[in-house]
Amino acid sequence: MALKIIASMCTGCSACEPECPNVAIREKGGTFIIDPAKCTECEGQFDSPQCVAVCPVDNCIKSA
Amino acid sequence: MLPNTAYVDASQLGRSRQAVSQILETAASGGCGTTGGEGKASCGTSAGPGDMPEEIWNKVKNHPCYSEEAHHHYARMHVAVAPACNIQCNYCNRKYDCSNESRPGVVSQKLTPEQAVKKVVAVASEIPQMTVLGIAGPGDALANPKKTFDTFRMLQEQAPDIKLCLSTNGLALPELADEICKYNIDHVTITINMVDPAVGEKIYPWIFWNHRRVTGIEAATILHEQQMKGLEMLTERGVLTKINSVLIPGINDEHLIEVNREVKKRGAFLHNIMPLISEPEHGTVFGLTGQRGPSAQELKAVQDACMGGANLMRHCRQCRADAVGLLGEDRSEEFTLDKIDEMEVVYDLDKRKTYQDKVEAERQAQHAAKVAALAATRLDDGVDPDMKVLIAVATEGHGKVNQHFGHATEFQIFEVSQGAALFVGHRRVDLYCQGGYGEEETLPSVVSAINDCHAVLVSKIGACPRDELKAAGIEPVDEYAHEFIEKAALSWFGGYRERIASGLITHQVRGDAQIRQGAFSGAAEQAA
Repeated sequence: MALKIIASMCTGCSACEPECPNVAIREKGGTFIIDPAKCTECEGQFDSPQCVAVCPVDNCIKSA
Repeated sequence: MLPNTAYVDASQLGRSRQAVSQILETAASGGCGTTGGEGKASCGTSAGPGDMPEEIWNKVKNHPCYSEEAHHHYARMHVAVAPACNIQCNYCNRKYDCSNESRPGVVSQKLTPEQAVKKVVAVASEIPQMTVLGIAGPGDALANPKKTFDTFRMLQEQAPDIKLCLSTNGLALPELADEICKYNIDHVTITINMVDPAVGEKIYPWIFWNHRRVTGIEAATILHEQQMKGLEMLTERGVLTKINSVLIPGINDEHLIEVNREVKKRGAFLHNIMPLISEPEHGTVFGLTGQRGPSAQELKAVQDACMGGANLMRHCRQCRADAVGLLGEDRSEEFTLDKIDEMEVVYDLDKRKTYQDKVEAERQAQHAAKVAALAATRLDDGVDPDMKVLIAVATEGHGKVNQHFGHATEFQIFEVSQGAALFVGHRRVDLYCQGGYGEEETLPSVVSAINDCHAVLVSKIGACPRDELKAAGIEPVDEYAHEFIEKAALSWFGGYRERIASGLITHQVRGDAQIRQGAFSGAAEQAA
């Protein structure tokens, strides 16, 4: 269970990075990636995945 | 083609304007220009040291965004350290960042705080009249508090004479107001497009708030409350605020008069009403739904209706979040990271001070010329004493008519009447001269941008565009080359009145003009 950022859609704005409660997001080559080993999809932590809620691009972050 | 539908009804604006002035008479005074006439009310555009307390004058006199006079002489830069945003606006799309675009929210290179400080020091050494550093995104300065405040902290240590400012949508402002004061930030810009959540709902699809994406009226309500609270907190703490409002025809045009009243009540120093930029190719919601921006006269009508309220800024260029130079010019291409690495940077405070003293002397000379010109122009010549006309001016800065028509990427617009030459805005145009040859195709676009003007004052102009401007009813004027703008404008106006009085010409009312959208840096690069 993990989310994935579609690199071609990512603007590199970094909004998601500090919101992740699991510190699973980092920058790589101008865009951001999610470490699937750390991602919990915010289950049990928040109502909805934080990265999805803050991302300015619709459908940029999807289930891996 | 100019759109036919005018959402701003002049008679309605007249009524609202009366209502605004009635309310303002009883409202507490803040900033400057609350009691003066129309000229005075444009404090942000033209006020001088006599119009406000000395401590406030000292804060704004070298700030090109807060003083219209200063913007001819002093430069600013933005560093793009704050890419993240906490709200979504229908006029913004962060996905497209083409280097040819010149509009807020767009940059070509993101910077870390360390890179940003290096860049600021390099630019300040190269451009000694650069007095202000702003963080204006490309997202929201306060949605990236660590990057924003790290940049300010490091910069204060290395370049203590540079004024710091930031701009924000206001959502995170209340929780960070005290932090802002810690860094001696004198100037904060808040973008406020509404004071009614029912209007806000049409502008903001969502906000990110307390770990939730909030939509609809709830989102607009929270944003509105945070904006008002934040503005009040800054006023209490003595921070000068500028309110930016995007004029969206049919959504918030008349509503902006109420916004002006509400922000004024809460101590806003300046109100900057800007036209919506919405081309379909920008991919914004408004661009895609066909929401149009205002025409030049629609923008001016709303700005004029707000005069007497919070002071209006009319010289905003809606610059990019990485702009460098005087307002209206962008030298960011000279200061890319690669180029900075090769520069030998010496930050010499004394050299900057000496240069700025020279700039200050020139600015005083412009001010004196303006005062002298204003004093000398009231004549009883039998022509309508209340006649007002707009003129376009080509200038490269220093407050003078000093640019060739063909080199202008924008014209400054002045409203001239007996005894007054009031700066009312600027118009972007496509460069007429490309590589030394006048381009026939671009003249119609220049004409449409200044079509509401009676004359265009330039340092020089070629024979071809001269004839075509005349045919379009705009008088090309090059006899005031290198004179101060206000003096030139009033001298031309005196002559214009004389020609009317002698029966040589008859005064004609001009039409509306179109606001040029987006890019000008691309055209400038091609020409270089």
